[in-house]
Amino acid sequence: MNVLTEVQQDRLKAAIQDGLPLTATPYRTLSLQLDLPEPLVMEQIEHWLREGYIKRMGLVVRHHAVGYRSNAMVVWNVADDKVDQVGELLRQADCVTLCYKRRRQLPDWPYNLYCMIHGKSRESVLTQLELLTRQYELQHIPRSILFSNQQFKQTGGHYARRAS
Amino acid sequence: MLDNLSRQLIDCYQKGFPVGPRPFQQLAAEFGVKEQEVIDCLRTLRSQRVITRVGPVFDHHRAGSSTLAALAVPSERLLEIADFINSFEGVNHNYEREHEFNLWFVVTACDHEDLQTTLQAIERGTGMPMLVLPMEQAYHIDLGFQLQWQDKA
Repeated sequence: MNVLTEVQQDRLKAAIQDGLPLTATPYRTLSLQLDLPEPLVMEQIEHWLREGYIKRMGLVVRHHAVGYRSNAMVVWNVADDKVDQVGELLRQADCVTLCYKRRRQLPDWPYNLYCMIHGKSRESVLTQLELLTRQYELQHIPRSILFSNQQFKQTGGHYARRAS
Repeated sequence: MLDNLSRQLIDCYQKGFPVGPRPFQQLAAEFGVKEQEVIDCLRTLRSQRVITRVGPVFDHHRAGSSTLAALAVPSERLLEIADFINSFEGVNHNYEREHEFNLWFVVTACDHEDLQTTLQAIERGTGMPMLVLPMEQAYHIDLGFQLQWQDKA
């Protein structure tokens, strides 16, 4: 059961999607901003966490800033009936931080399985990729490695409905 | 180099940040420092852009609608087009990658309809071929991973 009404939830979501206020009593600060009782604000957030609507709550780190300067998105073209199986393998690799299936867009983009590898250098990322390719015997799957260069934007998602 | 408290906070609180009346006091007690030190440390990390925020990571799918998209942009227009993409509030990641499709971004919106509106506006505005690659299945999403502070990874 949600604690707040839908409108209140949208307002709370909008207020926290770019981060909690860094005050000694952040939930109280939010409750004053939104004119809602503090216990309800906390209960709603706890409810979202329990439900998995919020996946995690804490410091959102820019990996580049802490020395993880290399990041590759590896995209694979896996047979449709094998993609879940390969996805389950890749997710187990320690170096893989993200792994998911996306829709192909033919003819330009045949790839359907993605994994992200963060590392301190291009070489370390490639080494890790080669290790996991051998370990899980994925040599036969066509793939492409897209290293990231410039980062133009990185913020939280904006999902809250705009106030009308 | 990050100080000890910064590293502890990053190591321990990429997830599990407390929901309670004095969350920073809780962290401070755990690390044996003053509440205000924790707050100041997090403010500094944020202003140095080591962290983008202390807050929630919503489940993209359940919190609204989102997709990954990419454009093949001539290199001389990359900055201009990146700026244009960034001007959309729903765009939360945007970066260059080494590929013919060189500009990659994530668009988020409150619902599917709103998402399509933004994607169409981007496509119209750039006039470039666009890949729209919605997620179909997540196997693993965990950017809150353990960092190796020592130089071995």
